Amino acid sequence: MTAPQTPNSFRTGPDERGHFGLFGGRFVAETLMPLILELDQAYTQAKSDPAFAAEMTSYLTHYVGRPSPLYYAERMTEHLREVAKASGLPGGAKVYFKRDELNHTGAHKVNNVLGQILLARRMGKQRIIAETGAGQHGVATATLCARFGLQCVVYMGAVDVERQKPNVFRMKMLGAEVVPVQSGSKTLKDAMNEALRDWVTNVADTFYCIGTVAGPHPYPAMVRDFQCVIGNETREQMMEAEGRLPDSLIAAIGGGSNAIGLFHPFLDDRGIEIYGVEAAGHGLSSGLHAASLTGGRPGVLHGNRTYLLQDGDGQIQDAHSISAGLDYPGIGPEHAWLHDMGRVTYLSATDDEALAAFQLCSKLEGIIPALEPAHALAKVIELAPQKPRDHLMVMNLCGRGDKDIFTVAEHLGGL
Amino acid sequence: MLTTRPMTARIDSTFARCRAENRAALVTYVMAGDPDPETSLAILRALPEAGADIVEFGLPFTDPMADGPAIQASGLRALKAGQTLVRTLDLVRRFREENADTPVILMGYFNPIYQYGVTRFLEDAKAAGIDGLIVVDLPPEEDEELCLPALRAGLAFVRLATPTTDDRRLPAVLANTGGFVYYVSIAGITGAATPDFGQVAGSVERIKRHTPLPVVVGFGVKNAEHAAAIAGGADGVVVGSALIEALRASLDGEGRATAGTVEAVCALVRDLASGVRSVAKRAAA
Repeated sequence: MTAPQTPNSFRTGPDERGHFGLFGGRFVAETLMPLILELDQAYTQAKSDPAFAAEMTSYLTHYVGRPSPLYYAERMTEHLREVAKASGLPGGAKVYFKRDELNHTGAHKVNNVLGQILLARRMGKQRIIAETGAGQHGVATATLCARFGLQCVVYMGAVDVERQKPNVFRMKMLGAEVVPVQSGSKTLKDAMNEALRDWVTNVADTFYCIGTVAGPHPYPAMVRDFQCVIGNETREQMMEAEGRLPDSLIAAIGGGSNAIGLFHPFLDDRGIEIYGVEAAGHGLSSGLHAASLTGGRPGVLHGNRTYLLQDGDGQIQDAHSISAGLDYPGIGPEHAWLHDMGRVTYLSATDDEALAAFQLCSKLEGIIPALEPAHALAKVIELAPQKPRDHLMVMNLCGRGDKDIFTVAEHLGGL
Repeated sequence: MLTTRPMTARIDSTFARCRAENRAALVTYVMAGDPDPETSLAILRALPEAGADIVEFGLPFTDPMADGPAIQASGLRALKAGQTLVRTLDLVRRFREENADTPVILMGYFNPIYQYGVTRFLEDAKAAGIDGLIVVDLPPEEDEELCLPALRAGLAFVRLATPTTDDRRLPAVLANTGGFVYYVSIAGITGAATPDFGQVAGSVERIKRHTPLPVVVGFGVKNAEHAAAIAGGADGVVVGSALIEALRASLDGEGRATAGTVEAVCALVRDLASGVRSVAKRAAA
C-alpha cells in the first residue's frame, strides 16, 4: 500500500457512492437499499432548495436558540496558565468554549435532528425511529417529533436506560416510546441494530433519524452538513472576538457528530491544529475502552466501513466508557479517513481524566459539562499549558451534564 | 466471458432434479457451530437424508442487523462455543468428505469475511466445497467487495431480492447473481411475520420475468403448510428460524445439545419436505 496523497481539499468528500477514501459506503440489506437511495435523492433536492435552508435557519434561531455563544473560559484559562507556570512553562492558551450545551434539549444533537425531521416531513414520513446512547439524541428526536406531531420510537440499550434515567423520563414526557434493547451488550450498538431491524420491517412510513455521522451513505455526510452550523458560527464568532481564526480545535468523539460539525469548516485551514478525543475507558491497555481509531482496525458494521473494535474473527467487541454517548465500538467514516490522512490528530481520555475535568469545569466556570465533552476538556487541560499565551483554543462544549450527575456521584462515592 | 461464469454444477443439477420431480426444492438454514461444532456437523450431515435439497450454513456474527431473535441467539450460542470462520470452513470440508452432491451455501454478514481476507476466503471456501455465498449486507452497490471476486473465483453469489426491490432496480440486483435468486418474502427480519402467500406468488412471477434462474422464497416460513403454500409457484422454499427454534427447544438448561437435538431438527425438516413434495409445481407460464 502506498501512503495516501494529501488532497487539494479535505472538504469535498464523500464521492457519489458515499466513500471517504476506503471508508463509508452502503453496506445494508437489499430491503433498505431503495429507502436509502430515496433518502439520498430527497436530501440532495432539499440541500439545493433555498426554502429548506430558510426553514432550517428559522427553527435554529427561534426554537433551538442558535447561534450558541463562543465563550472565553477565563478562569479555566487562568488556571491552566498557573499549571503551566508551575511546570516552568511561560504560556497557556486562551481557551474558548463553543456553548452547544445551551441549545434547546441541552446538546448539539438537536442541530441534526431538526434537519432530518424537516426532511422527513418533506418526504411525507409520519413515523420516526432513532437509536440513542446517552439519551441526548433520543431526547432531541422526541422533542422535534412532539413539535411536529410525529410518532416517535427510540431504541436504547437496557444498560443505558439504567444509567441515563433522567433522559428516559424526558423522552417519555415528550410522548416518545422508549424501547429498552436487551440484545448483545445492551448499549448503543445494539440500539442501532434494533433500529435497523425496525426500519427493515416498517419500510413504507418510517424515517430513521440517525444520531451521528455513521451508518450508510448519505447519513455520514448529511448529519455532518447539519452539524456544520457549529463550525460555521465558530469561524464568525472568533473573527469577531479576536479578529482571526483559532489556532486549535478540540472535541470529543463517539460516532463523531459534534466533532465533525466543529472541524469540517476548518479542515482546509491547514495551519489550524485539530484534535478529536476518543474515550479510553479504563485505559487503552486495559482493553476496556471505546477508542476505535487507536484500538481498532477497518471493518464493516452498521452500513459503513470504518475503524471498529473487533476480535481476530471480525466479531464486534463491546466498547467501555463511563460516558454512554461515547460507548460505541466504531467511529464515523469521515473521521477514519481524516485519521488516515493525518489531518486530524486523535487522542483519548480515560474515565478518570474525564471525571476530573467534569469537576474542574463545574467549579471554575459554573458550567456542569456532560461526560462526553469532559473527555475533550481533559485534553484541553493537557494541551493548553503547552501552548503560547496567544494561542486560541476552541473546545466544543457539546452537552450539559445534568443527565450525568447520578453517574458521577456514584463514581465519586456519593454526593 | 465464459471463463468467469460460476461453477454452479451442484446447484444447477439439484434444481434440474427437482424440476424433473415436478416439485420445489427445500432449502434449509442452520447456524454453523450452534450449539457446538460437532452437533452442528451432525445436523448438516443428517439434513439431506431428512429431505433438504440445498443447505445454507450460517456464519455467526455478533451484530446480525437483518435477523430476528431466533437467529441472533443462535449466532451468540455458536460464538460462545468458539465458532470462527476457520472452523466453519473446516465443518464444510468434513461434510464434503461424505456428501458430494448437496449444494452448500454460506450465509452471513461481510465483516468476518472481510477480516479473513477476501482472496484467501474465496480460495479456502472453494477448497472446502462451498458452492455459493449469501452476504446480507452487500447490495449490488458494493459488488466490487466480494460479489465480483467470488464470480471470478467460480463461486455463486446468491442475491436477495425483496418486496422493496422494484422493477427498475431488479435488473441491477439480478445482474451478477448466480445459482438462484433468494426472494425475501416480507419487508422485515428473519423469523418474524408470516408472508402473504398470494403476494409472494405474484412477486416470484415478476422476478421470473427478469431472469431464467430459479427463484427460492424465504423469511417467515415456519411449517409444512407454509412451505406447501409457497412451493406451488417458487422453485424452492427456505426455512431457517423455525429449524433453529426446534434446535433451541431441544437444548438442556445450559444451552448444550442433548441426545434429541439432531432428531429435533430432522423431524421438522422431514415434515417440511413432505409439505414441499405435496404440491406439484404449477406449469411455467
